Amino acid sequence: MIRLIQLDGVTQMLDSKQIQKWMQLFAKEIATNKEYLSDLDDAIGDGDHGNNMDRGMIAVIENLEEKNPTEIADSFKVIAMALMTKVGGASGPLYGTAFLEMAKAAQNSEDLAELIAAGTAGIAKRGGASAADKTMLDVWIPTSEVLKNGQLTAEKVDSFVESTKDMQGKKGRSSYLGERSIGHIDPGAASSGMLFKTLIEVTK
Amino acid sequence: MTKYGILLVSHVSEVVFGVNRLIEQVAKDVPITTAGGTEDNDVGTSIEKISAAIENNEGEELLVFYDLGSSKMNLELAEELSDKKLHIFNTAFIESAYSAAALLQVNVPIEQIKKELEPLIIK
Repeated sequence: MIRLIQLDGVTQMLDSKQIQKWMQLFAKEIATNKEYLSDLDDAIGDGDHGNNMDRGMIAVIENLEEKNPTEIADSFKVIAMALMTKVGGASGPLYGTAFLEMAKAAQNSEDLAELIAAGTAGIAKRGGASAADKTMLDVWIPTSEVLKNGQLTAEKVDSFVESTKDMQGKKGRSSYLGERSIGHIDPGAASSGMLFKTLIEVTK
Repeated sequence: MTKYGILLVSHVSEVVFGVNRLIEQVAKDVPITTAGGTEDNDVGTSIEKISAAIENNEGEELLVFYDLGSSKMNLELAEELSDKKLHIFNTAFIESAYSAAALLQVNVPIEQIKKELEPLIIK
């Protein structure tokens, strides 16, 4: 079980079934929006983020159903391996490392805020990006900050995603565009926003 | 087992096939393996293909050349999963793979190769 402090100060416990539910909601969100994500990626990258994430999340759901893990750490590990092997683009190793670090952290901590912070550190290590580089980290970093105080809302997640619009890409494909990357939402930030908004949904 | 081998990683299978064809001309005794594209040969990189190319290489330590960002991320992941030592070069892909292959063929020490490739570091 892991715990999450909610807006109203109530602590909610999550088990592996709810993690599975979270991933189902995320997979559905990705499938519904895969063209939108690929369009965002078309503008500043290689245009495959939606399809890549959709392929990865289909594998995540299949593997979770097949292996049916009962420990949270095992759930995160299954998610990590599926994303690493199936996504194909840079999001594979990045999301994969995030969930792998969350799996490691889950062995010693029950605090979801701490796990997300561990995932964030994993993404930073793997990709070498920092805050304001116009990457998924610009959603993960502020999300892990507000999670600590139980202040995560869908509106806040949206604002984190939106904040990448005015940034100039410093890492990944968008960095090749220099200033021309300004004015577009980062696709990895957009999919990360979906991840955290479906987390809020599952804890309602 | 040979001490050093070369590993080529690209988002596109034809790219590593082509670079391999180019560099084997000057490195007939150097083990070279490649990983290009995703599992279904789309554009991208696959941790499974990279891991297989690491294990199938006869070299004990591998000099690795890659094209774009996610190749490197998957390479670093694969390195964590493997017992082999990888020397990942952040250098111009084709030029540096060619130089390294030619230098390995005539048994130039790896430290010297790294030094010679320094001007080609671009990422």
